[in-house]
Amino acid sequence: MIAADRASARTTTIAAVLLVILVAAAALAPTLAPFAVDALDLANRRGAPSAAHWFGTDELGRDLLTRVLFGARVSLAIGLVSALVSAVVGAAVGAVAGYAGSVVDDILMRVTDAMLAVPRLPLLMITAAVLQPGVPLLVVLVGLAGWMETARVVRAEVMSLSTRDFVAAARAMGASPARVVLRHILPAVLPATAVATTLTVGRGILLESALSFFGVGVQPPTASWGNMLYQAQTTMTSEPWLAIFPGALIFLTVLACNVVGDAIGTAQG
Amino acid sequence: MIRVVVRRVAQSIPLLLVISLLVFALIHAAPGGPLSTYLENPNVRPEDIERLRKAMGLDRPLGVQYFAWLWAFVRGDWGFSYADGRPVLDRLLERVPATLELVGLSAVVALIAALPVGILAAVNRRFDRLSGVVAVAGISLPVFWFGLVLQLVFAGALGWLPSSGRSAFDGGDFTDRVSHLILPATVLAAALSAAWSRYLRRAMRDTVRRPFIRAARARGLTERRLLLHHALPNALPTFVTVVLLDISMLASGAVVTESIFAWPGVGSLFTESLARRDYAVLMAFLMCGSVAVMLLNLVADLAVHALDPRTRDL
Repeated sequence: MIAADRASARTTTIAAVLLVILVAAAALAPTLAPFAVDALDLANRRGAPSAAHWFGTDELGRDLLTRVLFGARVSLAIGLVSALVSAVVGAAVGAVAGYAGSVVDDILMRVTDAMLAVPRLPLLMITAAVLQPGVPLLVVLVGLAGWMETARVVRAEVMSLSTRDFVAAARAMGASPARVVLRHILPAVLPATAVATTLTVGRGILLESALSFFGVGVQPPTASWGNMLYQAQTTMTSEPWLAIFPGALIFLTVLACNVVGDAIGTAQG
Repeated sequence: MIRVVVRRVAQSIPLLLVISLLVFALIHAAPGGPLSTYLENPNVRPEDIERLRKAMGLDRPLGVQYFAWLWAFVRGDWGFSYADGRPVLDRLLERVPATLELVGLSAVVALIAALPVGILAAVNRRFDRLSGVVAVAGISLPVFWFGLVLQLVFAGALGWLPSSGRSAFDGGDFTDRVSHLILPATVLAAALSAAWSRYLRRAMRDTVRRPFIRAARARGLTERRLLLHHALPNALPTFVTVVLLDISMLASGAVVTESIFAWPGVGSLFTESLARRDYAVLMAFLMCGSVAVMLLNLVADLAVHALDPRTRDL
């Protein structure tokens, strides 16, 4: 039993270290990358992985390792920031619904249920196709597609907390509803929100890459792991490395996020 | 029982109204609105677009248009596809069998894999760790990438299986159709069985801890009987609920898998329509997807009702 716990702690550590390395590599991309972002090596187009180009080159002779590193910045940023957007919107909706109760609660929860019923990816794909967003708007859209679970968790927590004595005391001392929620209830809800948020990071990365894979997400020449896969799809059989590396990185990143998220969730019980 | 059904159906009507409003607003937010395909086409004259706008009622106030659309939708008049001018309903319906075939097979395969894995993981710690790692990996796998890699290996390098489509050009015999199913069904079933085995493990663990299991063990029941006849029936209602809710999420999974493997189902109809900005089809897809989710929610409630005698008096 203890051996198993130690082994699972080791898995979590490996995942966490991997995440740190990925974020650091993305942040340091301009220094780490062996070539300039758009440097063309026309003699070496569609080159297989080699000593000069570790991950190979694409149809324009751009170094794939360089593009993967710069793509990491876009993909990771979208995952992290969209998770924050989900957390903030979810916490706000959940807190208002849980504290206000009655009609407000009914309306907000109906909207939450409705959003949960619409197939997430198709809805996002249509929205992205209609609005043709740049990266900042895309982050918001991916975030807005994933706040519902957090809202439900926060609402339940807020409802149970509002009946507690410290909330009654704050109210008795004349605190406004906004102050009670912001200063007294939300801090107590934060841990639950944090767990929900960690698990959203991985999903955000997956959603972005799926959108870009269908050509409605991040638009070239900006590289993201998803749109690199989109471009690689047509030449899969002749240049498989163009698809394998970006996809493997999406997989590893999401895996690490989920392992860490699970561990935080288990630690909190 | 009937009261449950009536109540749930009544509850889902306001939900559907919210969704329909969302879908309608989305399509009308598009630059050029529902006519954008024509705006981009140099062969369509401006006066033709004006005529179309009048004919399709797009010059009326948005509120009026919404109710007109909603009323038509409720009556089963879902408009016509821009792609070939045929009714949207027909186009959707002809794609349904292929999707049901793929999704149904994937769900069955996933269940067959998830049941033993979930039960064993709940009682054996070593196996739990192993299956846990595999399951997290399965959940984290990007569906589209997994599909591409499978194509690359089994259709490309090894040449064992066809890379896409539902059958050979001549329609194909039974073996041919099965061989076309294997890769897409594997992709869908992998993600599902990973998630499901974890749900079942959790439900089983919660059950195994309860006193009646300890009591049964004290009476000298074999572990096997204990698990399959005492723990499993108690864990099943929770498990069935999440499984049914997950099947509804297959709408998203099917969109990706079907387009990668060119599987001629509803999902690839969606991506084809998205590329053409065929809004009538897209709207119908979202509405049907949402209705399907709600129906499965209802089925889940009824299934729990049937599986768990304790809920019957409510």
